Amino acid sequence: MSITLSAGAVPGPRKDPEVALSLGRRRKRIDFVIRTLCVLATVVGLIFLASILTTLFYRGFEAMNLRVFTHVMAPPGSEGGLLNAIVGSLIQATLGTAIGTPIGMLVGTYLAEYARGSRLGNVVRFVSDILLSAPSILIGLFVYQILVLPFGGFSGWAGVAALAIIVIPVVVRTTEDMLTLIPNTLREAVIGLGSPKWKMIVFVCWKSAMSGIITGILLAVARVAGETAPLLFTSLGNNAWSTDLTRPMSSLPLAIYAFAGSPFEDWIALAWAGALLITLSVLILNILARTVLRRRT
Amino acid sequence: MSTTTETAPAGGATQGFGGVQARSGAALNAPRIAIRNLDFFYGDNRALKAINFDIPDRQVTGMIGPSGCGKSTLLRVLNRMYSLYPNQRATGEAMIDGMNIVAPDADLNALRAKIGMVFQKPTPFPMTIYENIAFGIRLHEKLTRAQMDERVEWALTRAAIWAEVKDRLDASALGLSGGQQQRLCIARTIAVRPEVILFDEPTSALDPISTLKIEELIDELKRDFTIVIVTHNMQQAARCADQVAFFYLGELIEVAPAAQMFTAPKHPKTQEYITGRFG
Repeated sequence: MSITLSAGAVPGPRKDPEVALSLGRRRKRIDFVIRTLCVLATVVGLIFLASILTTLFYRGFEAMNLRVFTHVMAPPGSEGGLLNAIVGSLIQATLGTAIGTPIGMLVGTYLAEYARGSRLGNVVRFVSDILLSAPSILIGLFVYQILVLPFGGFSGWAGVAALAIIVIPVVVRTTEDMLTLIPNTLREAVIGLGSPKWKMIVFVCWKSAMSGIITGILLAVARVAGETAPLLFTSLGNNAWSTDLTRPMSSLPLAIYAFAGSPFEDWIALAWAGALLITLSVLILNILARTVLRRRT
Repeated sequence: MSTTTETAPAGGATQGFGGVQARSGAALNAPRIAIRNLDFFYGDNRALKAINFDIPDRQVTGMIGPSGCGKSTLLRVLNRMYSLYPNQRATGEAMIDGMNIVAPDADLNALRAKIGMVFQKPTPFPMTIYENIAFGIRLHEKLTRAQMDERVEWALTRAAIWAEVKDRLDASALGLSGGQQQRLCIARTIAVRPEVILFDEPTSALDPISTLKIEELIDELKRDFTIVIVTHNMQQAARCADQVAFFYLGELIEVAPAAQMFTAPKHPKTQEYITGRFG
């Protein structure tokens, strides 16, 4: 090559087509290896997932019948259902979410709108993130210490408190994330009209972030719907019908825990039915969450 | 109240540097805002240096200059937008109606009702078209439903968007086109009945047709409002402004009636900038 570029000669040795070709072959080999590893890993993951789901659906639907929804738990061999566990789960998950959500939303709003970059904000965010990944049995033990022992026994309220504590950091995280996504120019536009900050937050920021926050709440519900550990030490479980939150209360995860380990055929079948119910409701909540999020964009 | 939308006569045009057509020299009105010895700091960085000039009443003041010269910063001083952020502060005077805008004890909500702002990118609120307008009004006034309807119609008409949205006031404002959203934002700003409207590059995100509509609108609005517009577009400054201020590196290099600025700038830096030699 004898052409000189007007901008000056390119430093380094001349371009060699052989080198370029061998580099290209090398790239293709590496690509093949990496791609094969990725596909293998995916297949292994899917095999386990598919095996869990097919077993669950097969055994679950086999055990599913109207009696599961109409009868309360009963001794082995006496035609029991899961009605008290279903209702207990609904009550505790609903109340836990209802209590945890406003607290989580306010904390998330504080982090995104008032405490950006402040030291206290960073500490709160850090603590919330730790809580988010804390083993849920620790939360159960904590509530056991502060609500079960001093107030003389296991209760539905203690279960509700434990679930609320699990909901809070999930909602904090999504609320803060969704509010942080809102461009500052939108905030400035509201403030520029002479609006106080709280009106900006309530009428514009929350409204802009609402679908994202709802997604977070639905995911939090899905999470608490399947929690067993925090309920073991708090609402304990109850084989009889009870909607009294001051007494021990049943729930689906606890019913599965109790029945699956029993030696009785019909109890084990009910455990499968309960597992299928939880899985389906979590699945529906996740689909709902995705739909809400997609509608926004 | 007037609901006409015809543009005000633009006056004769004068051929200036680089083929820029500027308004011929109508006299400037009495000052509406008087800026004296104004400094602005981002932390320790002094972004505006001893600015002194007057913004004439019910005319258009264009602020031009290369990126980072301080023109947008000055705009954000005039409605105290900088107060949202810690570490930003202004010293000196910017007097409107005997009140110093940058005084620490200024009533910011009242100030922002008096000095409205339209941003570079359209910022519709996530609500209906009607609510977008009514939101700002409700912050400052208590109106009956009928009065509110009337005011919303007035604002949308003044912003030249009424005809396009009158049949879908209950639709989300997010469904409007970019140019429509920007006119909605202008309607939202004038609905509060400010005295001064600040425009921060209001057409830089819009297509040429929408830009033309906004420029015609600004020309129409100056009969009732004092207007300050930041623009990167020299032609726009020449078309819209009665007075032009040229900023460079945080300093006000030159301020003059538009015709004079574009035909006989006094400062060599101004001349270089408006003829496109840098910027």
